[in-house]
Formats: sequence, C-alpha cells, structure tokens
Amino acid sequence: MAESSITESSIKEALTLRLKATHVEVQDMSGGCGQSFTTLIVSPEFAGKNSLKRHRLVNAALKDEIAQIHAWSAKCQTPEEWEKEKAATGGNDGPHWMGLPGGRSLAWISEHDALPRDTKPCL
Amino acid sequence: MLSRSILSRVRLSCNPSPPKRSASQLTSRKQRLLRQSATALPTTAASFSTAALRPATATSTFSSSSSGAHPLLRSRTAPPSLLLRRLLSDQTRQAIDKAVGSAPVVLFMKGTPETPQCGFSRASIQILGLQGVDPDKFAAFNVLEDAELRQGIKEYSDWPTIPQLYIDKEFVGGCDIIVSMHQNGELAKLLDEKKVLVKGEEAEGEAAEANKE
Repeated sequence: MAESSITESSIKEALTLRLKATHVEVQDMSGGCGQSFTTLIVSPEFAGKNSLKRHRLVNAALKDEIAQIHAWSAKCQTPEEWEKEKAATGGNDGPHWMGLPGGRSLAWISEHDALPRDTKPCL
Repeated sequence: MLSRSILSRVRLSCNPSPPKRSASQLTSRKQRLLRQSATALPTTAASFSTAALRPATATSTFSSSSSGAHPLLRSRTAPPSLLLRRLLSDQTRQAIDKAVGSAPVVLFMKGTPETPQCGFSRASIQILGLQGVDPDKFAAFNVLEDAELRQGIKEYSDWPTIPQLYIDKEFVGGCDIIVSMHQNGELAKLLDEKKVLVKGEEAEGEAAEANKE
C-alpha cells in the first residue's frame, strides 16, 4: 500500500469544508503512521438526523480518506448537543470511545495496536 | 475456571474453514486469550459467559461460493477504493442476503465471538453479550475468512468498516453506533422490541451457574 497522506489536519480540513463542521477534534491513534483515527465532529448538518444518517454523511464526505486508512471512529454532534454535553461534563469527559457506563474500560486500543499490520484491523 | 466455562459455552462454528492449528495449540491459544480478557475485564467477561453468544450453524455459505469469485476481487494489489466501487456480483449479493437473514441478530466481524481479531469487533461482541442477546437468535460471520465477503459487505451495507450489525435484516450500524446505542439505552430497547434477548429466568440461571464455577 502506498504511504498514507491522511493526517489529523487533512481530516479536519476536509470535514470543515465538506460538512461545514464548526468544531472537529481528530486524534491519530496509530502513533503517527496515519492508519487509525478517532474523531469528534460538530456540525449543524447533523440536525434532525439520527446516528446512522449522521455517520453515513461523514462516511460519504470522507469516502476516499476512510478507504485509505485501517481504523475509523467518529462521534457526530450538532452544535447544540455539543454545548449541552460540554456543560454537563465540564468539557472533560475524555475521548468518547474509551469506556462503557460504570467506568469499565473497553481496553482494546492497546490490543488493537498489538495486532500484526497485515491483519488490517478495521476496514 | 472462568475461562473453562466460557470455552464450554462458545462454539467455534463460525469459521467456515477448519482451523489450521492442532487442537492442543488452539486450546492453549484460546485459553490464553480468554485469560487475558478475563483479567482485563472481569465484569464483561463474566457477562459474556452468561449470554454465551455463539454463531448459528448456517455459516458456510461463503466458503462454498468463494471459489467462483472474480479474480480481480481477490487481487491484493488493487487499491481498496477501486474494490469498493466495483459492483457487487449477484452471486455475492445473494450470499450476503442469506447471511443477513440467517438469524434475527447478525454481526459481521473480524475473528470469531470468542477470539475477535480487532478491538472494534471485540467491543461489539462484548456489548451484545452484556445486553443478553439470545445465542440461538444470533449469528456471527468472520469476514477475515473470506475476502469476497469482507469487500462485499461494505458495498452491500454502504458502510466502510467492520464490524456491522444487522437486526431483523436491517442495518443498525458499526461499532461507534453500537457503543452509543448501548450507552443511551436505545440498543436495549431495540433488542427487547425485537424479542432477541434471553428470557429473564434463563439468564439468571446461567449467571448463577457461572458464579458457581
């Protein structure tokens, strides 16, 4: 596979441009090789859409990018939802995928990283 | 003891092809993986054993149909974006139709329920276990066993990642959606409405049994 040119900033730029996102947080979970990203996307375009439709919107907007990487995780919120959640958690609840209710960590990120590269974990 | 009780409850039958390792190697690998997960996630592992998620038996569709796959579909050098745009063959679509309809709850995942090969698939199977999905109403398909399925399911669902969850033949979503529906209660509601959860009495009985062990 050709070297991936997908970076945190290129994803952020694409989402801001294509989905009119007002706030984007992108974390490269791969340790820099550009293969695994987790994101928080805040866009007014999500209003009135359920979770599946929001994710489909993002998948369509980043179709080529997602096809090039191995792992992709997104949380899609409207500006109102994001403000509400910030107010409720003090804006400090950490990455959204890190745990289940009751504080049980899914604890799979490190395991995921430990998989051999040729297993191409998530796409 | 915990790992043994899980082993006794989970079937391996979602692998379309027979395991290549010898039985003893496989057992030790399974036990190691299960020990790891039991150590890291005591609550989750225990709940998983009570639900005893296991694949349905109708999982060999793809091993039999894959021999007729178009050679390009199996090429390792073609860029993934080209594969994604390739039209799904009727044969593949029919095979996936059949897989999607093989049980009320169907998960396309990497690896098997007992040894997921990806953290996202692991999280999804654990959540279905926590929710108490009835093993008799559940089937898992390992996309790593079949390149045609792995590529085809993405196009079939118009969804770029694995795992993928179907309930009553309807696409529910991937791992992010499963996790958020688990957290906000929507998944419990949906599974209850679709009557795919183990019955209360039965679940308690199994939990008690698991605790004893």
